[in-house]
Amino acid sequence: MPLLTRLHENGKAQIALGLGIGIAFGFLLQKGGVTDYNVIVGQLLLENFIVVKLMLSAVIVAMIGVHLLVHFGYAELHVSPGSLGSNMIGGLIFGAGFALLGLCPGTVAGAAGTGALDALFGGIIGMLVGAGLFADFYPKIKARFLSLAPLPAGTLYGFLHLDRWVMIGIAEVVMIGILLLLTYLGW
Amino acid sequence: MSAILFTATWSPYATGAGIGVLVCLSFLLCNRPLGASSAYVKVAGLLEKAVDPHVEDKKEYYREIPPRVDGVLMILPGIIIGAFIAAILSGQFHLSWVPSLWSETFGDNAIVRLLAAFAGGIILAFGARWAGGCTSGHGISGTSQLSLASIVSAACFFIGGIVAAFVIFHVSGV
Repeated sequence: MPLLTRLHENGKAQIALGLGIGIAFGFLLQKGGVTDYNVIVGQLLLENFIVVKLMLSAVIVAMIGVHLLVHFGYAELHVSPGSLGSNMIGGLIFGAGFALLGLCPGTVAGAAGTGALDALFGGIIGMLVGAGLFADFYPKIKARFLSLAPLPAGTLYGFLHLDRWVMIGIAEVVMIGILLLLTYLGW
Repeated sequence: MSAILFTATWSPYATGAGIGVLVCLSFLLCNRPLGASSAYVKVAGLLEKAVDPHVEDKKEYYREIPPRVDGVLMILPGIIIGAFIAAILSGQFHLSWVPSLWSETFGDNAIVRLLAAFAGGIILAFGARWAGGCTSGHGISGTSQLSLASIVSAACFFIGGIVAAFVIFHVSGV
């Protein structure tokens, strides 16, 4: 799609689109309730399931949407190979920060927008320091951990040797099933 | 219809579906997943570059994620502005230092909460960059692509987060 390629390569348009998508994203995060520390920590303490409901709903829509865009040639997949050394260790470190801050990288920005000063002066400043520290340690972490125990495939359907659309069908049914179960249980 | 803009919160199903549409728009219009954590690398890199203009030559990570104002970075101010607009419209904007669930366990000392949030932010950014993405980049965009790396990451975000939250709130004995 030459028109789309031109849009992707237009730096000024991308700045405007990034800002616009960010504004819509921040708006929806606040409306969904997940810019609130109490909602996020409540989810991690398994006292509410708002984050799970929101994320599963997003994935249910995006999984179909993105794969349809790719199927009709309007988009490309961006799947990188992973490893336990990167995704598992990094993910568990992330989890510790997630619980202590009580917000994640997107929602901490949203929380700051709603007036949470601990998110603005603690969380966001900490994120910037953490990102800078990671840049300092990156060569060592990359050499020692990031390629450790590579994952056997790039995608779940590659791993399970399933047709992509069959896998999407199964994943959609499972995710909708989880949402229905959460509703049935009144969580 | 306009009344819905002023409603405090929407159903998580509807807002989640809306975010799913944004992920599709990001793939279509920007040729990339919708993520937040690399924006922090760009801002941190720009700050370092202001002090040392040659930081990109010295640090490999800033050659991989170049510090510049682009669409990836703009997500961050966008989220702040969008959440601000949403909170103002529904009368939920208010300045606060200590979240209520935190103060129930750890008291309402703003300095203590600020330090915890700062430490949490450092660990969070470190983990996000170590795993190559965050709750949106891996958790939503990557999982939607059925990326195995993203599914493993998202599972570990929540396993780590749940264990850490239980330790912080139930085991710490405060």
